[in-house]
Amino acid sequence: MQIFILKNKNKITLINGILIAIGFLSKWIIGNEKVFAWSLIIASILGVMPIAIQAYQALRVKVISVDVLVTLAVAGAFIIKNYEEAAIVTFLFLFGAYLEQRTLNKTRSAIKELTEMAPESALKQMENREFEEVDVDEVDVGDILLVKTGAKVPVDGTVLSGEGSINEASITGESLPVEKEKDSDVYAGTILDNGTIQIVADRVGEDTTFGKIIELVEEAQDSKSEAERFIDKFSKYYTPAVLILALVVGLFTQKAELAITILVLGCPGALVIGVPVSNVAGIGNGARNGILLKGSEVISDFSSLDTIVFDKTGTLTVGNPSVAEKQYYGDNIDEALGYLASVERESDHPLAKAVLEEIGETAFSPVENTEVIKGGGIVADVNGHRIAVGNVALMEKENVKPDEKARADIARFEKSGNSLVLTSVDGELKIMMGVRDQIRTGVKEDLQKLKKLKVKNLVMLSGDNQGTVDAVSRELGLTEAHGNMLPEDKSAYIKKLIDQGQIVAFVGDGVNDSPSLALANIGIAMGSGTDVAIETSDVVLMNSDFSRLPHALGLTKATARNMRQNIIIAVGVVLVLLSGLLFSEWVNMSVGMLVHEASILAVILNGMRLLRYKLR
Amino acid sequence: MKKATIQLGTLTCPSCMQKIDNAVKALEGVDKESVNVLFNSSKVKLNFDDAKLSIERIENAITTMGYEVKKSQVRDM
Repeated sequence: MQIFILKNKNKITLINGILIAIGFLSKWIIGNEKVFAWSLIIASILGVMPIAIQAYQALRVKVISVDVLVTLAVAGAFIIKNYEEAAIVTFLFLFGAYLEQRTLNKTRSAIKELTEMAPESALKQMENREFEEVDVDEVDVGDILLVKTGAKVPVDGTVLSGEGSINEASITGESLPVEKEKDSDVYAGTILDNGTIQIVADRVGEDTTFGKIIELVEEAQDSKSEAERFIDKFSKYYTPAVLILALVVGLFTQKAELAITILVLGCPGALVIGVPVSNVAGIGNGARNGILLKGSEVISDFSSLDTIVFDKTGTLTVGNPSVAEKQYYGDNIDEALGYLASVERESDHPLAKAVLEEIGETAFSPVENTEVIKGGGIVADVNGHRIAVGNVALMEKENVKPDEKARADIARFEKSGNSLVLTSVDGELKIMMGVRDQIRTGVKEDLQKLKKLKVKNLVMLSGDNQGTVDAVSRELGLTEAHGNMLPEDKSAYIKKLIDQGQIVAFVGDGVNDSPSLALANIGIAMGSGTDVAIETSDVVLMNSDFSRLPHALGLTKATARNMRQNIIIAVGVVLVLLSGLLFSEWVNMSVGMLVHEASILAVILNGMRLLRYKLR
Repeated sequence: MKKATIQLGTLTCPSCMQKIDNAVKALEGVDKESVNVLFNSSKVKLNFDDAKLSIERIENAITTMGYEVKKSQVRDM
């Protein structure tokens, strides 16, 4: 019976509303007071049933909930024969709850979209070697699974046979499909665009990368900040306090109306729901945009940020040195390029790799008498020519005399932060290449946006030499840049800033920077989504996409603002109602309930705005 | 000990959380420290002693209060 009533709460609300309409129509149009009274009595009794059941359930587990207050208020109105108020209050309360549920579902929709991407079934190889469709929960580590075109990869695994291209957007945010073949890793929740593969399950369920992301986001949206914990505690004592207040007022003034109205006005609503609603909508917007925000504490810290400290390599720069500038001198350059490539082919130095990539296809010749000069480069014989490849010091040692133009070029290349690779053929300078770690595209614009969002300091720390660091810093317009820093120097630097009272975020790739990530107020990992970085950091930018950082900062600022607005709405409404009750006549039970429900909807709708937030 | 994750129908009022929290904690065999009612994802997570208590009884305690249980998952700890 109880469950039946609760299940049909929406229908009861509807009938309740219709009865109230009939009552008022018969009073106003045909002037029939009897029908009016009876339809309202029935409406009140019907309407109060689900509320009373919820109140009873709450009392049984020792909670004085809103339902208790409303039930008492309705009962009180009934006793003083104010059926009109009783009926309207039940209707407003029930209808309000219905609207709350609908709108709350909207604020949660962004995160729901994410969780619904979780795979549900899998084609598992059974003992008879046939594949059968099973629930994804029945897949264990080591099982062999078949994934067909268009299907979701059910677990994290390794390709056993077959090939295909997979859309990994759900994990990395990258929409370009990735080719997979035997021994490639595949991830749960990604989609096989074409091809057919058999995989062996390595991690299942919540252990998969996708499972971890979902769990993290789900926990984040329900994590509580200091302020929320306070509100929770507050509301625990607030509701009983309202009950006592109403009793006391009722006894002293002997005005039942007043006491009942206090019960209705005292319902905590907007205050308790306002902050979680902003939180869930903000985190949901982030999840949609490839930003994982780990909870409301992170949002509040992030939004009041002073300084962002960046790791250079892999964060501001690509992390893969390449030839940025080059200059040729004299003739027979093609030949010289061939010699250079032949010499570099035998080296495993990172600069050599960049040089080879730059030259590409060329005529390779056999290399003889190779000599590696420490801190200089390589000297060797190719086709009877003496070839030296290396830095300026090596050229001096080889008695290569650069002309005036070349000397100017050297100075210019070095100033832009390049490492120099000079090539001489038989003592004559032929090729100069400047190799450097390129700045990621768009980083400069993104940093400008961060400045506009009132970040005071943008600091870069790097293990590279100060010259390189300064060049990058100049190009990007950073406020500070420090080179020659070991991981422990970086964390010491961050600690110093925090001790000065700054709120510091650290952005790194999360592998070698975990101490700094953990130490900073906000650790921001540029994760490909598959790293441990997801666990150690406070914010994860999926697919290492730097351009999401300004959006993340803007979003947390908007979310923090939204929370404050909701608190103001909630407290403001209570104050207005209370003063209305004390100093004027317009506040009665129905008006109180109406305003109360309206304020709850107002905070939910306000929170929903965050779902559409975009950085301008 | 087992670890349970129970998916509920949408929770709308924060006082629901308190009710569910108290109701589940009142069951003999539930690790009180572990009970976590998640408002936004509408889930309950808890650890319980499967020698003293079954998942069905936990679900029952929630449904009799008028909350829908959509799905529950029990795993070894």
